Amino acid sequence: MSEAQEQRTIRCLVGKVGLDGHDRGAHVIARAFRDAGFEVIYSGLHKAPDEIVQATVQEDVDVLGLSILSGAHSTLIPKIMDGLEEYGAKEDTLILVGGIIPEEDRDELLDLGVAHIFGPGASMDEIVEFVQENVPERR
Amino acid sequence: MTSLVDNLLDGDHRALARTITKIEDRAPGYRDLVSQLHEHTGHADVIGITGSPGAGKSTLVDKMAEEYRNRGLTVGVIAIDPSSPFTGGAVLGDRIRMASNTGDMDVFFRSMSARGTLGGLSTATTDAVKALDAFGKDKIIIETVGAGQNEIDIVRTADTVAVLVPPASGDDVQMLKAGILEIADLFVVNKADLDGANRTVQELREMIEMRRDELAVATGHHGTVEKTRDEDATGDATDEDGPSWSPSIVETVAKRGDGLDELLSVLDDHREYLVESGQLEVKARNRYAAEIRRLLREDTADLLAEEIEERGGLDQFVDRVLDRETDPYAVADELLEPIEECVEEKRE
Repeated sequence: MSEAQEQRTIRCLVGKVGLDGHDRGAHVIARAFRDAGFEVIYSGLHKAPDEIVQATVQEDVDVLGLSILSGAHSTLIPKIMDGLEEYGAKEDTLILVGGIIPEEDRDELLDLGVAHIFGPGASMDEIVEFVQENVPERR
Repeated sequence: MTSLVDNLLDGDHRALARTITKIEDRAPGYRDLVSQLHEHTGHADVIGITGSPGAGKSTLVDKMAEEYRNRGLTVGVIAIDPSSPFTGGAVLGDRIRMASNTGDMDVFFRSMSARGTLGGLSTATTDAVKALDAFGKDKIIIETVGAGQNEIDIVRTADTVAVLVPPASGDDVQMLKAGILEIADLFVVNKADLDGANRTVQELREMIEMRRDELAVATGHHGTVEKTRDEDATGDATDEDGPSWSPSIVETVAKRGDGLDELLSVLDDHREYLVESGQLEVKARNRYAAEIRRLLREDTADLLAEEIEERGGLDQFVDRVLDRETDPYAVADELLEPIEECVEEKRE
């Protein structure tokens, strides 16, 4: 195959950070992304921010989707953002958060660099479409 | 582009990751990138791990990486999972098993999807191995798609191939079959604490002995037909023709780390054998020859695709074949003719 036939595939990391053990939502998202033709890496449960950073950098994903249902988002997400910054991976990764995020915490996360927050009731089509439209251009 | 290579050679993880992405995507300029990497490669041991789905490949790779790190070596892992033939999408799940090495950046773990290729390896894998090699990884472990019986591409990329065989994975007829069992430099009977492990080891041993006997007969060494009765058949016997290798069998329980030391020492033995026997160079030669051929095939296919496009697309030729005005062979000749003429002219 020549250089003309670039096969750009969107790569996503679906990450579960912190202590909540509910990953049904993460599984459903992983499947939806797969069916949309994305390559999905699932982190598994109970990951530390470090592990999410390591995976995001090494896998060079276009999209990092974090599922947090525990309420610890204000502690965990800043740590992840700092880690990504350290490895120069924050700029061109689309960072999404899904789960239970109270209204008053949203602005703080968006300020940190989260591109969008999907709460309960967000449809798969909506999320997939958002990714397709906002996936960062790569050098 | 050049700076990406420089950053990679400087040990920048992000640059390594991005290089592999470009290789996978066949992004503009990826060929130059791989060209520039080549001179920095040739230092890593490349180990291939294959076997049926659920044999415990990911767990074993995790433990191997951990042990290599304990010994002060750096490790790169490429784990390949299948992609959907319909959407091209994939869920790459091998990373979940890499629990022992999280947070350790010196284990560079990369998930890849097979992106539609058969044979258990992604087309980009060979090039991704070059990136890890140039980065300076001591050991590179490739974990293939959970393979069935004939996914044997791994031999073309790895120096040493370990085939995982779960206990009770079939009767002795399975062992007679050609394919994956022929490519093993060593067999790992993983989950050796389960019922049926002894029997599987026994069956593998018989298979290896039969093959050794056949080889002995074929090369006229009737004297060596005497069977090895020792308990562990680590058969790196040396005869007058220089070092030879017959596949070893190692029993492991990956999740507990049992048998890991023995596995790593057999891997080292095999590496030593490759170097001493000159097989390492033979393998490298074959690999590069195959790579050049593959690139030529792809490039000429592109050239032909362009030519077909210039002449108004393939459809009109197909129409004529359907109408019985011409036939596929004649069309191929017709399309190839100007290229053949061109080549002949240039050669003179």
